[in-house]
Amino acid sequence: MKISKRPQPEGGQAPVVQRLRIRYAKRGPLRFTSHRDFARAFERALRRAGVPVAFSQGFTPHPKISYASAAPTGVASEAEYLEVGLREPVDPEALRSALDAALSPGLDVLDAVVATGGGLAERIEASRWRIELPQVDPEVLGKAVAVFSAAEQVQVERMTKQGRRTFDARAAVIAIDVSAPSATPSGGSAVPCAILELVVRQVTPSVRPDDVLSGLRVVAGLEPPVAPKVIRLAQGTLTAQGAIVDPLDADRDGATIGGR
Amino acid sequence: MARVPAIGRVPLGIMSPSTTPRPVAANSVWPRLEPLLPQVTKPIQYVGGELGAVVKDWDAATVRWALMYPDAYEVGLPNQGVQILYEVLNELPDTLAERTYAVWPDLEKLMRAHGVPQFTVDAHRPVRDFDLFGVSFATELGYTNLLTAIDLAGIPLLAADRTDDDPVIVAGGHAAFNPEPIADFVDAAVLGDGEEAVLEITAIVRDWKAEGRPGGRDELLLRLARTESVYVPRFYDVDYLPDGRIQRVVPNRADVPFRVHKRTTMDLDAWPYPKKPLVPLAETVHERYAVEIFRGCTRGCRFCQAGMITRPVRERSITTVGQMVQQGLEFSGFHEVGLLSLSSADHSEIGDMCSGLAEQYKGTNVSLSLPSTRVDAFNIELAQELSRNGRRTGLTFAPEGGSERIRKVINKMVSKDDLIRTVVTAYTNGWRQVKLYFMCGLPTETDEDVLEIADMAHEVIRAGRAATGSKDIRCTVSIGGFVPKPHTPFQWAAMARPEVIDGRLKLLKQAINADRSLGRAIGFRYHDGEPSLIEGLLSRGDRRVGAVIRKVWENGGRFDGWSEHFSYQRWVEAADEVLPTFGVDLDWYTTREREELEVLPWDHLDSGLDKDWLWQDWQDSLSEYEQDDCRWTPCFDCGVCPAMDTEIQIGPTGRKLLPLTPVNGLRLPTGAQQ
Repeated sequence: MKISKRPQPEGGQAPVVQRLRIRYAKRGPLRFTSHRDFARAFERALRRAGVPVAFSQGFTPHPKISYASAAPTGVASEAEYLEVGLREPVDPEALRSALDAALSPGLDVLDAVVATGGGLAERIEASRWRIELPQVDPEVLGKAVAVFSAAEQVQVERMTKQGRRTFDARAAVIAIDVSAPSATPSGGSAVPCAILELVVRQVTPSVRPDDVLSGLRVVAGLEPPVAPKVIRLAQGTLTAQGAIVDPLDADRDGATIGGR
Repeated sequence: MARVPAIGRVPLGIMSPSTTPRPVAANSVWPRLEPLLPQVTKPIQYVGGELGAVVKDWDAATVRWALMYPDAYEVGLPNQGVQILYEVLNELPDTLAERTYAVWPDLEKLMRAHGVPQFTVDAHRPVRDFDLFGVSFATELGYTNLLTAIDLAGIPLLAADRTDDDPVIVAGGHAAFNPEPIADFVDAAVLGDGEEAVLEITAIVRDWKAEGRPGGRDELLLRLARTESVYVPRFYDVDYLPDGRIQRVVPNRADVPFRVHKRTTMDLDAWPYPKKPLVPLAETVHERYAVEIFRGCTRGCRFCQAGMITRPVRERSITTVGQMVQQGLEFSGFHEVGLLSLSSADHSEIGDMCSGLAEQYKGTNVSLSLPSTRVDAFNIELAQELSRNGRRTGLTFAPEGGSERIRKVINKMVSKDDLIRTVVTAYTNGWRQVKLYFMCGLPTETDEDVLEIADMAHEVIRAGRAATGSKDIRCTVSIGGFVPKPHTPFQWAAMARPEVIDGRLKLLKQAINADRSLGRAIGFRYHDGEPSLIEGLLSRGDRRVGAVIRKVWENGGRFDGWSEHFSYQRWVEAADEVLPTFGVDLDWYTTREREELEVLPWDHLDSGLDKDWLWQDWQDSLSEYEQDDCRWTPCFDCGVCPAMDTEIQIGPTGRKLLPLTPVNGLRLPTGAQQ
């Protein structure tokens, strides 16, 4: 930077007076936005919608936004979460609709609640995913899934920023089911299409849907001829029954209990 | 607070997620493209759906344009020219315009394997389905990408082989002032400003289609040629002399003009575009709202094609600029504004504009920037004004030439003392680093001229340290290779050979580092001479160079503006293979000085500049005689205004920017893609 040691800019930035938590979706073609792409688009949406977002201090102030476990590039999602710090309180629903209008269709803001405490990230314990596998016979998939489920461990490889890593893709998978294809999967063609539904626990290193597909290849030689379409249906806290609870419910409940 | 269920909120888990909510156009290639995208890098660049993007009903449109910037999306999307024409055309009720960009080799390979044609990013329609395919060339290094796009589109590479089912390919942009090297591949070229030109072309196509396409493609091209501002290469024959030079370029049919004239859009206040800038989802090279504060430049730098071919100067008024910035930011959500032109500090109201905008956006985290190249203290004042918000942009000064002598040759009037004083002022005002821009390979240049860059940089650091009492200041010396361009006084000049350039740069590097204490504070960036030589071949080439471009493309040439894709070897080999059949070679096009009476490949294309004046300015350059600016001194008869029936349009208007009324509360923005 070309900045000399000078005092901080005059006035500084206004403090955070309200935190809002937001659920948003990445749909259709816009599932190809990377997390960074979304973050830039979201910051612009805040400005377009006139949201009184709070900024960090310093010469290059950043808007106060934090994200929880973003879906990989190319994976659609109905359940992405973030938290934004505001310098003035706003009505959550007004904010939701203003932000939704400010983002491209396909990046859709679905829900907004006032944060009542606790961390958003720690409420993310597991995700439910749906994988469409065009031109894969559901029966073949069913057999592969049976082998995968029966295995205690399934070692898979993935390229990460730190290089090639090998890890177990089995233990984190809580549920793996082949579901009957609905009448017309997206694309609308008459080709067979198998559908896989997964519930995967949030672990480190994270196990993503493509890791599970790698696992099916490793254990049963399943090679989808066409790129699969993956969508995250939900993420949140995991109940003993294996259901996933929207992490924003706790804030809603908190608001109700706290009285209005 | 009452708990109200959000509109449209669906309980988790029971929704039926749709993976393709966007309606797919009837002729869309999206269903075939989508499965390929997970296999390529940065797939988002092929998806479209940006704010500001427009998808119109195909069947409701009479005239359909595909617009291309022939480089990667990340470079092409921010291009102002394409954005402006896209918006202007889409505002017409019966016209639609969509955009296409060069696809990277990974996707090209997959598209070929799966039979997916070149597509638009807006509705993913095949480019071949459009009536017109407009390609904007800011640089000649996009020519191979043009061939990829034409070929992927399934359009015959050669204009001569095209049928009534193929779009008319129209080249524009600065490189179109000499479209001869791509004359075999394009159907037409437009010189100059595009805003009105595209409307005129649209009207011609509309009428021709309404009449039932009489005479087919040939008749349409003839109607375009008759405007005298659209160049249709096939209607001109080029004859050559036995020694390889051009004998003449003449129309090969009646009612085609001998010369084609550039278009000039006057009154920029009447064309306040872009109003709805495209806001990319993918990361691009410029993420800002850019407003052109004036067009044209009469500083008269002799190497500068942009300054020569965009005359006269036409300013946008301070109030229009203010309004455009306000609406552009509101629409886009950008937090950066660029005030662009060829020499922004020269706007007659730049002071009021900068202070007015700085005041309007105080405390909003919006940053303002000015491409700063003028070497004087005023530039720093403006930069100070713009950085009041806390964010400080870099300062770049462009003396362009290392020695006083060479600066006279190129007509860049700045003294060494001026430069040092200016840079020291920047340091004392808190900038720790400045960038100095120079060129290498200029006409008459010697080693000594280039070595003086090192003296200048040393002096800057020495004076800067003395003035600030700090060792913590730096400068970066950035060197570009000189490429002689058509329609400039240097259009006759010989290029230096790449090994000469590389040798000078090596000497310069040694000279900078000869004093290690000073050298440590000086960064050195340069491009080697080889790409410049090829750019030189393409910029001053004639129709025979088309065969070289084709050969390079066939041998895999793509993205020649990218150092990791550019292959000098491939160009040299193609030139060696092709050019001798015409009795010429690569040197003949590049390192050969032209004579006054030689017919240049672009002589029949009229930029308004009087060729005699250009020659005189070239002679003045060789005798190191400087030329003033006609904005402040009398007209020096470059020829543009009388030839084009235009005049300088500058302020001051005396108006000021008023404080913005702060808008409280949330806005429901509009303008997202329908």
